[in-house]
Amino acid sequence: MTNNQDASTKRKPEIGPSQINLLEKLCNATAVSGDEYEVRKIILEEMKPIADEIKVDALGNILVTKFGGGEGRVRVMLAAHMDEIGFMVVKKHDDNLFEFARVGGIDERQLPGKAVLVGRDHLPGVIGAKPIHMTTAKDRKKKIDVSDMRIDMGPEIGDKVKTGDRATFATRFRVLGPSICAKALDDRLGVVTLMELLKYAPDNIDLLAAFTVQEEVGLRGARVAAYAFNPDMAIALDSTPAYDLPHWDEEDENVQYNTHLDAGPAIYVMDRATIADRRLVNWLRDTAEDLGIPYQFRQPGGGGTDAGVIHKTRSGIPSTSVSVPSRYLHTAAGIARLDDWVNTLSLLHAALCRVTPELLAGERRD
Amino acid sequence: MIELLDVIKELISVSGLSGYEKPIREIIQKTWEPLTDDLSLSKIGSLHGLKVGCGTEPRHRILISAHMDAIGMMVTDIQDGLMRVTEIGGIDSRILPGQPVIVHGREALPGVVIQPPAHLLPASASEGPVAMKYLLVDVGLHASEVAEKVRVGDTVSFAQEPLELTGEALSGHTLDNRVSVAATTMCLDLLQSRKHEWDVWAVTSAQEEETLGGAFTSPFDIRPDIAIVIDVCFAKGPGSSDWRSLPFGEGVGIGYGPNIHPMLYDAFEAKAKVLEIPYHRDLMPRMSGTDAMAVQIVAEGIPCVVLGIPLRYMHTPVETVSLKDIRRAGRLMAEYIADLTSETLDQIQWEE
Amino acid sequence: MKSLIQKLVETPGPSGFEYQIRDVIREVIGDTADEIRVDALGSLIARKGTKTDGGMRVMISAHMDEIGLMVTHVDSNGFVRFTSVGGINPLTCYGGRVLFMNGSRGVIGVDGLERGKMPKLSDLFIDVGATNKETCPVSVGDVCGFERPFLDLGKRMVAKSMDDRIAAAIAIEALRRLESTPHEVHFVFSTQEEVGLRGAITAAYGVDPDVGFAVDVTRSGDTPRFSTKMATALGDGPAIKVRDSSFIADPRLVDWMVKTAERAGIPYQMEVLEAGGTDGRAIQLTRGGVPAGCISIACRYIHSPSEMVDSDDVENAVKLLVKLLSVPITLA
Repeated sequence: MTNNQDASTKRKPEIGPSQINLLEKLCNATAVSGDEYEVRKIILEEMKPIADEIKVDALGNILVTKFGGGEGRVRVMLAAHMDEIGFMVVKKHDDNLFEFARVGGIDERQLPGKAVLVGRDHLPGVIGAKPIHMTTAKDRKKKIDVSDMRIDMGPEIGDKVKTGDRATFATRFRVLGPSICAKALDDRLGVVTLMELLKYAPDNIDLLAAFTVQEEVGLRGARVAAYAFNPDMAIALDSTPAYDLPHWDEEDENVQYNTHLDAGPAIYVMDRATIADRRLVNWLRDTAEDLGIPYQFRQPGGGGTDAGVIHKTRSGIPSTSVSVPSRYLHTAAGIARLDDWVNTLSLLHAALCRVTPELLAGERRD
Repeated sequence: MIELLDVIKELISVSGLSGYEKPIREIIQKTWEPLTDDLSLSKIGSLHGLKVGCGTEPRHRILISAHMDAIGMMVTDIQDGLMRVTEIGGIDSRILPGQPVIVHGREALPGVVIQPPAHLLPASASEGPVAMKYLLVDVGLHASEVAEKVRVGDTVSFAQEPLELTGEALSGHTLDNRVSVAATTMCLDLLQSRKHEWDVWAVTSAQEEETLGGAFTSPFDIRPDIAIVIDVCFAKGPGSSDWRSLPFGEGVGIGYGPNIHPMLYDAFEAKAKVLEIPYHRDLMPRMSGTDAMAVQIVAEGIPCVVLGIPLRYMHTPVETVSLKDIRRAGRLMAEYIADLTSETLDQIQWEE
Repeated sequence: MKSLIQKLVETPGPSGFEYQIRDVIREVIGDTADEIRVDALGSLIARKGTKTDGGMRVMISAHMDEIGLMVTHVDSNGFVRFTSVGGINPLTCYGGRVLFMNGSRGVIGVDGLERGKMPKLSDLFIDVGATNKETCPVSVGDVCGFERPFLDLGKRMVAKSMDDRIAAAIAIEALRRLESTPHEVHFVFSTQEEVGLRGAITAAYGVDPDVGFAVDVTRSGDTPRFSTKMATALGDGPAIKVRDSSFIADPRLVDWMVKTAERAGIPYQMEVLEAGGTDGRAIQLTRGGVPAGCISIACRYIHSPSEMVDSDDVENAVKLLVKLLSVPITLA
């Protein structure tokens, strides 16, 4: 057992050009909740060669099992959601413009004047806005209703787009110095982290990896995945907002930042959907402190991750979440730090290597 | 063959509010007795009708889920022989004043919803629509008699008689979702003369309008391989003309969105085309607003398709439907089921 | 019974942090139960009796958690910002005293509030007496409950967490008085009810009952100038729930409860609650579905630090619960 642990900790996952390329491929793919095909395809290709078991379930979740070796292995479920927020084309108007609906939580103020990609062929389109010359001062104080916006794909789009097709922001992945700028960092950062963890799965656990669907429309995929896996414990890997921006009133301290960039992985104590099992919170914290990996507690409060349904499955599953902090989630372009991602991966891998049945012995308590 | 209009009229002749489905369940039991091989009840009152398939065991199972519960009201307080009410399911209180109802006390008491005059309401409620909490139900009895016959928690149902309109349109209360029960009955009737390999579990689920209770629980016990959820959907009509509404009487809706397995959508679309059954893609970008929200995520997950019968004036006592669409839905389900083989499941995959 | 109630209501136990109240309940139950276990979400499950002919596996659920606060930020001057655990009304926070699970205490202050305006949670802070961040005894993620002593007004009793320790007291007392039962009864002291019935969801799955009852508080319609008409009143007996906003009680159980109460001469009242949910929903929707009902105690000022109940209602609720569990359950 000890030897196994040593061996697996020596093989550590790293983030280099190939991982960044993989993240780029994942971020640029389209996977609006309920239509996660493109991301699923990338993951299946990468994971099939290394999985002990792999299946796609009734909702489209990918369930990957990587068995450890030896006795007393804890069954650890890790979940990262494949889906992202986006749009569905709902009506073609006579003027060859398309009405659309939002899928997942998107602030309508983020939409005017944006480029989008529509359908499986990623056909380009734009969400326009009235010329400023034709607006009044009063107009400009009002939000523009989504039902008044259209996707314009040019006059000869014809039948290339059907109602029901999904669309996303057209943002392409970029590295900006120490940062990554992309759409869908929520939760492709979690997805790519989970893929790397599977490649370096430690021997002391059975790693039950769920790449889930429909998180953004109600944590739906994770629920059935958790039921199927029936794990001993679970962690949701997600991306959470960093609102570490200055307060408008300069003398006011920003006390609602949720997380900070550059402060390492965000460990969850409580969000709207889950009160974390403190045994797991302490285990992650202790691992980080022992190894000198930076970490932060995400500010308790709103939001929710797949852990919200996982922990309520069957007779209950001790759960928490770990997120890579990102700015501007659920908009056209998020920004995350490479170092926060690296540290998230390191923390999770190191923590998994330290899992023993003793972690869950006894009752849930502080 | 069953006579559709008679079936529907009988199905809306009784109440059966969410949680109180017994009266409607008894009618469905009687109707389905000759059409099924076994009838049973779930622990919270959904009706399970099994029509055994002719395939070799272990046979695959298809679930049809049609909720049978109705919206209505419940007595919250009694004052001077008049009743205050709250809603069961979603009711726009603007349709209530003057509405004929039945209060289900120790006996069924016909009554009417009344709107008190403005000078008897708080100043803030004297103009504009009157909120439900200010409305009262009067059953015409003296306070002492009401005290004997009615208690807090009794249900109140709509009493509007059905009306046959022109062009095979029918109007009445609770057509949401008794028309789907009727379509399911039609499907079972059609399957009497058709061979089908799979076991068919026809379920009229309880409590859809409140908790999706039946849809969360029955599939847990039945564990179907595929589920058809059938419910009403919005028909185009006054005040309801955007992309969420389908044309009235011009075909069934086939749901498209996260609650629906895309391969099942494709299969139903293909089947409708072959049979020349008119249909429309019913876009559901987020949730479907039907039992499928629950059925899909039961246990390890169940592939769902959602069929919709276009209905005008949903959640009023004058809901209006076209009989043509009910027949189309019944036939589409029966034909799909009759064609299921032991290989069908292999096609319900995600590798597009 | 009042000393039991006092002990229960004065023990802190915000949702997700129920280990202290769990230990207290485990100790007072002692060996009156045949078996005690704790599930993964921390619910305490005490079994009494075994299923005999005509008996059922019955789940009784009384939640042991209460609403509380959790630290989100400690500022440079040592003031503590917080978020709510469960439904906190900012109206009842200002000037309140809190007790952290680590033993620290503090008071709730309010910042920049205009006269006559309702504070938002983000306007409030906890002052733990620290002079700067470094001397602050609590940090992000620490949790506290309100601190307010039990108040015995004779017929009426007041405490910070009558919701739902009064139900825990009723369940414990019923467990003690239950001499014989045809049923296998699982008394569940559930966790995390205030944040979404979470403990009852997993406990119900684990117990897999044939029938279940929640025991909880409900609103009362007997205070001055009430804006919502509600038929329940303190002192009119335990309330038999017909519905709340989370579920519709099984009408077969409602009728059986009414008949059983009438036969036993126990006063009762009917309850239709328009805002609020209970563990009954979690029981009803588990697995293939379970007939579920609820016994409620009318309570004034719910989710304030001074929740009031009537002691006769409490006594009659114990009697009703013992009676219900002593006879076969008929689902006609």
